[in-house]
Amino acid sequence: MIAEFGLAALWLAAALAALQLLAGAMSLTGKGEAFAGIVRPVAVVQGLLCAVAFASLIVLFCQTDLSVKLVAMNSHSAKPFIYKFAGTWGNHEGSMLLWVAVMSLSGGFLALVERRLPERTMLATLAGQAFVSLGFYAFLLISSNPFERLPEPAKEGVGLNPLLQDMGLAFHPPTLYLGYVGLSVAFSFAIGALVTREVGPAFARAMRPWVLGAWIFLTLGITAGSYWAYYELGWGGWWFWDPVENASLMPWLAATALLHSVSVLAARNALRAWTIMLGVVAFSMSMVGTFLVRSGILTSVHAFAVDPERGSFILALLAINIGGALTLFAIRAATVTEGERFAVTSREGALVFNNVMLSAILGIVLFGTLYPLLAEAMGAKVSVGPPYFNPMGALFAVPMLLVMAVGPLLRWRNDRFSRIRRVVLIPAAVVVIVAIGLAIWTRLHVLPFIGLALAGGLAVASLLPLRGRKLSRAPLATWGMVLAHFGIAVSLFGMASESAFSTERLVAVNLGESTKVGPWNIRLNAIQSVAGPNWTALEADLTGRYRDGTAIVIKPQARSFWSPPQQTSESALVTRWNGQLYAVLGDEAEDGRWQLRLWWKPFVPLIWLGGVLIGLGGLLAMIGRVASDIRRIVARDKIAFRRERQGR
Amino acid sequence: MSDQPVSKAPGWALWLPLAIFANFIVLVLVGLLRPADREVASAMIGKPLPQFDLPAAVADKPGLKTAEMATGKPKLLNVFASWCIPCAVEAPQLGTLAASGIEIDGIAIRDRREDLDAFLARNGNPFARIGKDDVSSVQLAIGSSGVPETFVIDGEGTIRYQHIGEIRPEHVALIRAKLAEAAK
Repeated sequence: MIAEFGLAALWLAAALAALQLLAGAMSLTGKGEAFAGIVRPVAVVQGLLCAVAFASLIVLFCQTDLSVKLVAMNSHSAKPFIYKFAGTWGNHEGSMLLWVAVMSLSGGFLALVERRLPERTMLATLAGQAFVSLGFYAFLLISSNPFERLPEPAKEGVGLNPLLQDMGLAFHPPTLYLGYVGLSVAFSFAIGALVTREVGPAFARAMRPWVLGAWIFLTLGITAGSYWAYYELGWGGWWFWDPVENASLMPWLAATALLHSVSVLAARNALRAWTIMLGVVAFSMSMVGTFLVRSGILTSVHAFAVDPERGSFILALLAINIGGALTLFAIRAATVTEGERFAVTSREGALVFNNVMLSAILGIVLFGTLYPLLAEAMGAKVSVGPPYFNPMGALFAVPMLLVMAVGPLLRWRNDRFSRIRRVVLIPAAVVVIVAIGLAIWTRLHVLPFIGLALAGGLAVASLLPLRGRKLSRAPLATWGMVLAHFGIAVSLFGMASESAFSTERLVAVNLGESTKVGPWNIRLNAIQSVAGPNWTALEADLTGRYRDGTAIVIKPQARSFWSPPQQTSESALVTRWNGQLYAVLGDEAEDGRWQLRLWWKPFVPLIWLGGVLIGLGGLLAMIGRVASDIRRIVARDKIAFRRERQGR
Repeated sequence: MSDQPVSKAPGWALWLPLAIFANFIVLVLVGLLRPADREVASAMIGKPLPQFDLPAAVADKPGLKTAEMATGKPKLLNVFASWCIPCAVEAPQLGTLAASGIEIDGIAIRDRREDLDAFLARNGNPFARIGKDDVSSVQLAIGSSGVPETFVIDGEGTIRYQHIGEIRPEHVALIRAKLAEAAK
């Protein structure tokens, strides 16, 4: 029953999306203004129905209802409850339903709370949101029905890929999708503005919290995903430039650029067409990413069930949605009136520069991700990796970070560099001191060297916008910016340090034997077998001592799952303030010795700490902006109320 | 400094995003519709290997030089990298070929020793020798433009066949046939 109930809710939600699109479009033509009133309620109900459908699927997974094909193919009765629950989105159909649910819920939420946009722009926005949703409903219902029943209930489920059986699955996909798909609201805003040509500071202020919200989730989602891949895959790496990772990075780069350009539009009424284009591009990148991942057109470590038919379907959706939006942009953007002008040396100038740099990095990542396809079209099959992405990305990231350090110190519209020269000397001095120190005491590759020196300077520079201000009176949004920029410095330091100072040992040791990695002394005491709910494992009992400190017990495992049969290595991590020890248990050699892979990675946790700080910075800015918007609305209402009384 | 106006984008520039997107769609359509044609006649086929002398890429395997390639027996020369995902995909097939007594030499492209050790520990090490090519010079000289690629080298050190892209299970028979051809 629950499956049929969920499917019915999904069909109904799709029908309401069609109604929302029609009513919205009709009311815009001027003939059907009577329909305008139903658009918002329809959007809200559509969101709720989709949530019901998603909740139904969760229930089916929690109950392990093996008469449902998706559950039988991806779950197992002996799986721990949390993975039954999170396994709902650990497969293609379930994650697509999560995608659609996030999309329709954010549309519903938008319809419920957004009152600042002119009504016509709002109607066009909601119609746009419904149009995009409709395509994904069709995809889900026609080619990826999650509620399909089996003719005969299966005796037992196939099980979930053991690599996914981790707490990361409970957090990473939902957070990432809230960001990834939340960007659809910005996309619809851009469509709405193009339809009604109402682009200005008020529009930007309305759009900003939606962009900011999606961006916060995207930031946290990518951070969580990176940490998960780091400890779960057992390779000791935290970013692989894998197509799926790039698919989440590209929308983030576009959203970061959008976040900054929408602020310029809100504060200074400049960059009108550019902001609209980024609104279109950000969510387009989410859709392109989904296509690349699920069509199987690129080889990736993330294996979704690959199906060319699905690929063609998403490609058609892409062509319609993105092609349509960009055509609309090309026709209409010329008629969007020019925004305010500004000098090159100004805060706008710095923001424009960084927007261009972010776009360039986006272009590099997109090109690198697609290059294997391009090469294949010409008859070669190749893979592009860190040797391309790292230096090419750095080429644009370094100037961008330098301008990021200076930009917030500049005034709007027109400024002189000489005014801030003395302040900028402080972070510049830090960069020079760190660089000299590194040059004397270490021998590093170019990129880690630049990274470490720059991170030091950036950390100092990011705090400078607070100088000379009464800290208690600085706006929350400023605190948010400072925290986010500081987070970039922290993360950069972690990345550079990991790349510069990591030490690795691959050794075969006998029981009772010790080995060293970096400042650690590791002793293999015993190998024991342990059993979990749906796995058995060999577990190494290690004692680690940092220099001559107290002994810490470390227990990496080599797990064997039986459904589906697969081996995974569960790394063991020891986190100290100055780094992380990473231990993986390998195979037994013929002479009875055991393989151990050990890494000491100084300051590596800062990569993810920085990511969290960036997200928190976004959250602070969000709270600050929304609070001041509410204050502004309340004040405006008060004035209107007084005027009304005086008028009487 | 006076107000320097930032000029408005010209009309044609507004069509640029759409043009880029159209190219993307065409590219992807080609990729989706066309079954990959992996047999490419290389310009280097039939020619002797160029002169090179690559240092060892890992501690426990020697490096690679041209003189050692002409052993009188056909062998495979695999161009790979630890950062290349298709290279991991083809590793089991290389393992199968090596296990059946075929000698495989490797050239590691733009790689680091730690990464290579990890890659070989994870995916197996079918190689007799591994040369380290940090600037892709040898890769380019033998007519390879990407990773992975596999060359069939005959007993005199002449390139007889070039396989572009990963060796999938269905390609193993083809590789064996090319090796047998090179033995004649």
